[in-house]
Amino acid sequence: MKSELILRVRDLHVTLDRQSIIEKLSFEVKKGDVLTILGPNGAGKSVLLKTLLGLLPYRGEIEWAKGIKIGYVPQRLPFIKDIPLTIQDFFELKESAGRGMEDILSSVGFRKDFLQKKIGDLSSGQFQRILIAWGLVGNPQVLLFDEPTTGVDITAEETIYKFLAKLKEERELTILLVTHDLSVVYKISTDVICLNRQPICYGPPQDVLTPESLRKLYAGEVKYYQHKH
Amino acid sequence: MDSPFLLSLVVGIFIGGVAGYLGSLMLSRRMALVAGPLGHLTLPGIALALMYGFDVSLGAFPFVILGIILIWLFEMRTKLPMEALTAVVFASGVAITFLFLPIEQAEAALVGDISRVRFAEATLSVLVAILLFLVVKKIYSKIVLMNISEELAQSQGLNIKKYNFIYLGSIAIIVALGVKMVGGLLTAALVAIPASAARNLSRNLTQYAFGAMVIGIISSFLGIFFFKLTGFPPGPLIILASTLIFLISLILRKQR
Repeated sequence: MKSELILRVRDLHVTLDRQSIIEKLSFEVKKGDVLTILGPNGAGKSVLLKTLLGLLPYRGEIEWAKGIKIGYVPQRLPFIKDIPLTIQDFFELKESAGRGMEDILSSVGFRKDFLQKKIGDLSSGQFQRILIAWGLVGNPQVLLFDEPTTGVDITAEETIYKFLAKLKEERELTILLVTHDLSVVYKISTDVICLNRQPICYGPPQDVLTPESLRKLYAGEVKYYQHKH
Repeated sequence: MDSPFLLSLVVGIFIGGVAGYLGSLMLSRRMALVAGPLGHLTLPGIALALMYGFDVSLGAFPFVILGIILIWLFEMRTKLPMEALTAVVFASGVAITFLFLPIEQAEAALVGDISRVRFAEATLSVLVAILLFLVVKKIYSKIVLMNISEELAQSQGLNIKKYNFIYLGSIAIIVALGVKMVGGLLTAALVAIPASAARNLSRNLTQYAFGAMVIGIISSFLGIFFFKLTGFPPGPLIILASTLIFLISLILRKQR
């Protein structure tokens, strides 16, 4: 594997409950890339992330760079408010938690004394940021990000994507991001995979997101015109 | 002070404390409710133990293991809701018990009788309780993470099956110990109420976990103490003591 290559996927097939979810998928991720996995609901995007994390059985090759640390930001955590948990408690559930929790907190825009704040008392925007922070605990080089609630402004003026872009610069991250929201793709991605069970397009968004490929991806249900800035 | 009273007090404090501690894990995802049907299912085992004069917990244990296997099969193999299991298990446990248990023994089976505990049995119970505490302490944060999200736990490289197995095994043991104190009917309360009270009062995970343990200990102490004073059965008194603490916790919580 070349030194700058973080991840190489070759001919990936995922079958769950005898149903084929992902077929014939190949792609590469280089250091510093933001790869967006785009597709309609049920297209296998979240399954792809979980497969990359090693949570699901697959055929084909998934090769991460040696010694790479991966952080995972989950979609939502409905059960987290069942018991009293401070932000620090939540971070410490991660084995790799140690020092640096306060730095992580400030890089997602909270004061350091926020560590003792109860998760149950957070607003939904604040909770989103804490989820991202959880992914950052242990200082991973790669962040896997499962579809955040789109359109939620996590602070007064920022959307989650602006925020991610800033975070990427600050912490030199490589990001894999799952979404069904087309508008975010141009904003931060270096590459995009259009996935609807099979890969429909793969490359820099300006090149591969043509009306043709999008029609194919969403099977005619979405109309989208590229903004020329 | 006589020694049977002291003996039951010591056993009660150990079992009550561990039940509270483990119960604090079971409060998420409504696992605490599982202790209910498991307790009911132990009734035939308790009945056998009472009739042939051996340790109630030993009688209950095979049945609770059966219950755990049933839960496991239900969760893994069918899409039936847990409520169906609860109903089936509850009914069969109670029905089988009353087929053959003499009615004068019924009270001890249903609501427990810690005052009958003997020295060897007490020693064994305390040892098992200490061991269980250590196991639960070891797996605590991992189970919290699994309860929040199995995926998150898996992404941390946790072996979900292994920890689920230890967790369910711990629940089986606490139910078997618990029926000694509060019988087949009240075991769910023994694990759920101290944790619920602690949840109202605590601001973080440590306070919550150890709060539940302390409330479990205090409830057992009060219950057995009032049994000595009033002669009412200790099992229900233990549960009522914890209910009282829960009500106080509700008031304190409102004031914050």
